[in-house]
Amino acid sequence: MERRKAAKSTLIQVLSMFKGLLIVLKHAFRKTKTFSYPEVKRKLPARSRGKHFLTKWSDGKERCVGCELCAIVCPSQAIYVKAAPNDPENPHSHGERYASDFQINMLRCIYCGYCEEACPTGAIILGNEYELVGYNRESLIFTKDKLTEKNPGDSGRDPNREI
Amino acid sequence: MLLVAVEVLIKGIIVIMVLMGAAAYMTFLERVLMARMQLRWGPNRVGPFGLLQPIADGLKLLCKERFQPKNIEPFTYWLAPSISVFTALFVFVLIPFGGTVEIWGHQVALRIADVNAGIVFLLGISSLAVYGVVLAGWSSNNRYSLLGGLRGTAQLISYEIPMGISLLTVILAAGTLSLTEIVDAQKNHWFLWTNPIAFLIYLVTAFAETNRSPFDLPEAEQELTAGYHTEYGGMKFAMFFLAEYINILAVSSIAVTLFLGGWHGPWDIPVVWFALKVAALVFLFFWVRATMARFRYDQLMSFGWKVLVPIATLNLIVTAYFILV
Repeated sequence: MERRKAAKSTLIQVLSMFKGLLIVLKHAFRKTKTFSYPEVKRKLPARSRGKHFLTKWSDGKERCVGCELCAIVCPSQAIYVKAAPNDPENPHSHGERYASDFQINMLRCIYCGYCEEACPTGAIILGNEYELVGYNRESLIFTKDKLTEKNPGDSGRDPNREI
Repeated sequence: MLLVAVEVLIKGIIVIMVLMGAAAYMTFLERVLMARMQLRWGPNRVGPFGLLQPIADGLKLLCKERFQPKNIEPFTYWLAPSISVFTALFVFVLIPFGGTVEIWGHQVALRIADVNAGIVFLLGISSLAVYGVVLAGWSSNNRYSLLGGLRGTAQLISYEIPMGISLLTVILAAGTLSLTEIVDAQKNHWFLWTNPIAFLIYLVTAFAETNRSPFDLPEAEQELTAGYHTEYGGMKFAMFFLAEYINILAVSSIAVTLFLGGWHGPWDIPVVWFALKVAALVFLFFWVRATMARFRYDQLMSFGWKVLVPIATLNLIVTAYFILV
């Protein structure tokens, strides 16, 4: 009896091997899942984390108030913020201060998104762009002019949102 | 006499050229086919559809540094890859690719040599292939290589027996040892239909003989890094690689010759039917590699000795009974 059972299970195993062969052959006629990268680019999900943006209010003022919370929370210490007081005549931001210098080292950044969480004004957010390459280390330290969005709302975030 | 020698030489050179080219493009085909079966694209960058990929690979391997590890056995270390390639190529001396064709009023038989004890010679040569594996494993002074070489030896020797027994049924059915006469005996019906079990056993052992998955234990990447060719690089590695693919062609050609009617087919076209049948079998090799997982070593041995040998022997006895009665 035991013997017959063993023989039966062996037979099932052998048959399932052939079934496996057929399944693999079926897959050969399916569409490939790979993207031919430089020609076809994958569209990432909206909330995936890539290159950072420094956002603006709808009136064109910078959101960043130079509080340095992002620099403090950053686990890989990739952010450098230098705050300066706003000129009351011609303010950069809505607060007292603004970031006169803002640098993110893209080689150190691990795209964890903590800076985005820590920011009290919603100034720093992580976008979807993932093609971050350069020929030397210096070119991958992104400065304020590279990070700030050109027009309010370019980053995909509503410029009227409070935070 | 001289004319015969020149003819054999030309045929040999053509066969070697075709085999080398075929082996190179088999690597490409395998990569593309396996990629498609795994929903990938495979190599498609070098040239149109990636068709120049094997050439690029070959150039890369040729340009590699010529190195040898410390404390090796230099003579055997350098000899082993050539033994592998030599034995793989040598099988094709005996394979009939087609009948006789007339070229410039000269009768040319599409085979290099017609040996009257062809199958015996074939089995002898294919058994020699184990020397490439075991010498490479032993001489490279690496435990992984040695283990791979020993596994390869045990595997090849174990699976040689059911292979030989399954081929005996064909010899019994054809009543001859000459490969040409065996092909002629299959003009009307293939031996596949009369000896299906022998064909299946031959196919399984062929996978084992060529060290292909699911019997790729001698070069198991996960356990043995790369088995017997761990310490080989550049063109020496390419020789092993080439030998593996030529071996696939060789066992497929033997299967076609002995079971699938050789070069016979509708409308007497030389070589084409043979090539098509071999291509189908080669596809089977790739297909199985994309599907099957590797055997464990004890499974391999018990499968060979406890399943294949008894079935092959029984099959031989039954075939002998039917032929005698």
